[in-house]
Amino acid sequence: MSATTNTIVVLPDQETARLPKRNYLNNEHGLLSWLLTADHKRIAMLYLISITFFFFIGGAFAGLIRLELLTPQPDLVAADTYNKFFTMHGIIMIFLFLVPSVPATLGNFLIPIMIGAKDLAFPKINLLSWYLYMIGGTLTLAALVLGGVDTGWTFTTPLSTHYLNTHVITAATAIFVAGFSSIFTGLNFIVTIHRMRAPGMTWFRMPLFCWSNYAASVLMVLGTPVLAIAIVLVALERLVGIGVFDPAKGGDPLLFQHLFWFYSHPAVYIMILPGFGVISEVISTFSRKRVFGYTAVAFSSVAIALFGFFVWAHHMFIMGVSNYSALVFSLLTMLVAVPSAIKTFNWSFTLQKGSITFETPMLYAFGFIGLFTIGGLTGVFLGSLGMDIHLTETYFIVAHFHFVMVGGMLMAFLAGIHFWWPKLTGRMYPESLSKLAAVTTFIGFNLTFLPQFILGYLGMPRRYHAYPPEFQVLNVLSTAGATVLGVGYMLPLLYLGWSLKYGAIAGNNPWQATGLEWQIQSPPLTENFVETPIIDYEAYDYEWLERKQHEGVTTVG
Amino acid sequence: MGISPVLWQFLVKWLHNSALFPAEASTIAPYTDELYFFLILVSIFGTLVVLALVVGFSVKYRREKNPVATQVEGSTLLEATWTIIPLAIFLLVFVWGGLLYFRIYSPPANSMNIYVVGKQWMWKAEHPTGQHEINALHVPVGRPVQLTMISQDVFHSFSIPDFRVKREVIPGRYSTVWFQATDPGVYHIFCTQYCGTQHAGMIGEVTALTPDDYQKWLKESTSGMSLAQNGERLFASMGCNSCHSGNAAARGPNLAGVYGSRLTMNDGSQVLVNDAYLRDSILNPSQHVTAGFAPIMPTYQGQISEDGLIDLVEYIKQLQSNYRVQQTQLTSESNQAAPTTPPQSSNEMVKP
Repeated sequence: MSATTNTIVVLPDQETARLPKRNYLNNEHGLLSWLLTADHKRIAMLYLISITFFFFIGGAFAGLIRLELLTPQPDLVAADTYNKFFTMHGIIMIFLFLVPSVPATLGNFLIPIMIGAKDLAFPKINLLSWYLYMIGGTLTLAALVLGGVDTGWTFTTPLSTHYLNTHVITAATAIFVAGFSSIFTGLNFIVTIHRMRAPGMTWFRMPLFCWSNYAASVLMVLGTPVLAIAIVLVALERLVGIGVFDPAKGGDPLLFQHLFWFYSHPAVYIMILPGFGVISEVISTFSRKRVFGYTAVAFSSVAIALFGFFVWAHHMFIMGVSNYSALVFSLLTMLVAVPSAIKTFNWSFTLQKGSITFETPMLYAFGFIGLFTIGGLTGVFLGSLGMDIHLTETYFIVAHFHFVMVGGMLMAFLAGIHFWWPKLTGRMYPESLSKLAAVTTFIGFNLTFLPQFILGYLGMPRRYHAYPPEFQVLNVLSTAGATVLGVGYMLPLLYLGWSLKYGAIAGNNPWQATGLEWQIQSPPLTENFVETPIIDYEAYDYEWLERKQHEGVTTVG
Repeated sequence: MGISPVLWQFLVKWLHNSALFPAEASTIAPYTDELYFFLILVSIFGTLVVLALVVGFSVKYRREKNPVATQVEGSTLLEATWTIIPLAIFLLVFVWGGLLYFRIYSPPANSMNIYVVGKQWMWKAEHPTGQHEINALHVPVGRPVQLTMISQDVFHSFSIPDFRVKREVIPGRYSTVWFQATDPGVYHIFCTQYCGTQHAGMIGEVTALTPDDYQKWLKESTSGMSLAQNGERLFASMGCNSCHSGNAAARGPNLAGVYGSRLTMNDGSQVLVNDAYLRDSILNPSQHVTAGFAPIMPTYQGQISEDGLIDLVEYIKQLQSNYRVQQTQLTSESNQAAPTTPPQSSNEMVKP
């Protein structure tokens, strides 16, 4: 048997579990021990606290947006205030929540443990990346407090460079700095996965969570610098008027669109790929069955990362790109949709012949599959050239990317947080309350965003704070849904906070999962493993787990 | 306990006036809707398949019914199925969407042209026959209409949802869109590209009129000067006629009949003279020097508004002979200044 069996006492019965005396949380004390830590698990917790903070700020702006849209008249706030709302909502949710959400928290915590390493390859760079994130976040808040910014998260030139009088430079710097935090995270993951796998942990024995984070890391490292370039050019054009995007000086305003979407389209895969990883782990664990077609799922992540770089111009179909280049980008967009379809069916068939239970992470994962399927299929509408003309820049596109990013990614994030909460904290969350939260979120989400598809086909443009009265009924439904959704997101914050102190002790492996992270104590030791583990089984090998437990019980008991 | 009749009436009226599906008011709309319904069917089918699999397996293989899972590696056949079938559907959608795209963005040769200038935060429509409108557009039904659009400042996007057409309006470059209205009526115009504070106020109405009503409207709302006539005045007042006089010894090329022709440049390349070329050679003349001429034309960047450029383009488009050019030249040489173009704002007429 593997070395893990010899070093770690297996306690299959959660009832008898105790919190381990020594773990990464109580290893050191004091604020400085957190702020100067190089432990990937503590940095993950720092990230978790910060992104939760920014998620609720971004969410508050979403609430204000929906409140304004309750009535057709512009009666809650002035036009430029509304513009600042949706800009802040976009910047915070994308750059400060979605991009770092799973990789910087769960990925940071779990990837070294999953591959049997003591830490990431560059622990100090990992800490630096959190500090950069915080500087980016602080600058964003500064832009907000100083009076806001109203470029939209897309910073479209020449509006952002010549026509707006708000804190564009501050916000641009914030995104520039936060971008480096994501580059460093990606770099760390790539090097760690290449160089620090434990003996016996081959590429195809890695959990799919590692594969999808690896694919996302490649996108982060290759894509984010282009965003940085685009942002610097916007700042230079605004400050000294270099004219790269200014037609009056011989520049090309469309060039900005190309540069921006060259990052920002792959960015949606940076956001969703780690979510795919979470779903693979959760579905496999709660159906006690290996992921159907492991290789196909692993390679489809890589395929998405690869194709994801060649579809950016599908954001520009109506912008006067040549008809033939539009054709090419539409075709590539259709091709990038296929790996996502493959994954969805692989997850569904993982359930087949399983032994399924329906704990909270599983409910979130089911929510993910449903909403991501709708989000993905409506993406096909937008990838289809002729259809895109009518749908782009309307609420249809708003609904589409919220289905993917919120219905998909946020559901996956919550599935992951609930799934690994016992490992992160050593305690269980309250099961029935969290099931209620999962169902509330699902219902609230659909009520919020399904009407927006209809609004989009009616032609209601995005980023309007006033609209023709015949669109009101659907907007009222959407705002009502947003209220439900808000409750659905507040609940986990409350009961997860509660569980930190009062939750039941989780034990090492409450879900009877196979991942290496479940074979060590919860919360883990600072050094993760007492001895370097030797891996002699594939990911999702439930028969191995059963044998090991059988032996563990006989040895210890 | 009953609902208050006032509230009830309000609700009924409110729901009755709410929209669920846009009107089909152009020749393109039915084609777009056809693809839309197909895509909805595909989406519903796809979602139902996934739903059936997830729910079906969840019921059949739940822990109570199936306490021990059977490990399965995968299945190449199944995986090939769910790779190939979605791929085939997506490719079908790609071809269908591509055909529709070319249909929407290829204007028929016989379409009438209207210029649209977008600026923060209004749409100005300029009809070649001299009607000027703000946030309104009058078009005849049953006739293809092409809009040649340009933005004076930031990106805008011209959208008529009931016609299912939309196109980005870009600073420094003409973009076009066309439609053929089918039903007389009034439809929304939206700016769909975020363009600053009053983005939501950059809306208007397109009025589709029967051919008779349209003729009536044309007569009632003309400013008395066609765009080409405005352009002719500008051509004289900016001194274009002194070089582009059409004389054999003139310093600039002859412009009569130049529109639609192929010109040889001084670097040997060939270009097609269209609206975009004419506009660009006024603003960046050194980039477009016709073979046999010296690069002496100064740039007019910043000296002429987009509306003025449209007037000039429209004038050169219709210029077939240099007779009047030479006449105006005589006038200006005899020191009788040609009537200057009135400021742009004063010759716009706002239709109620």
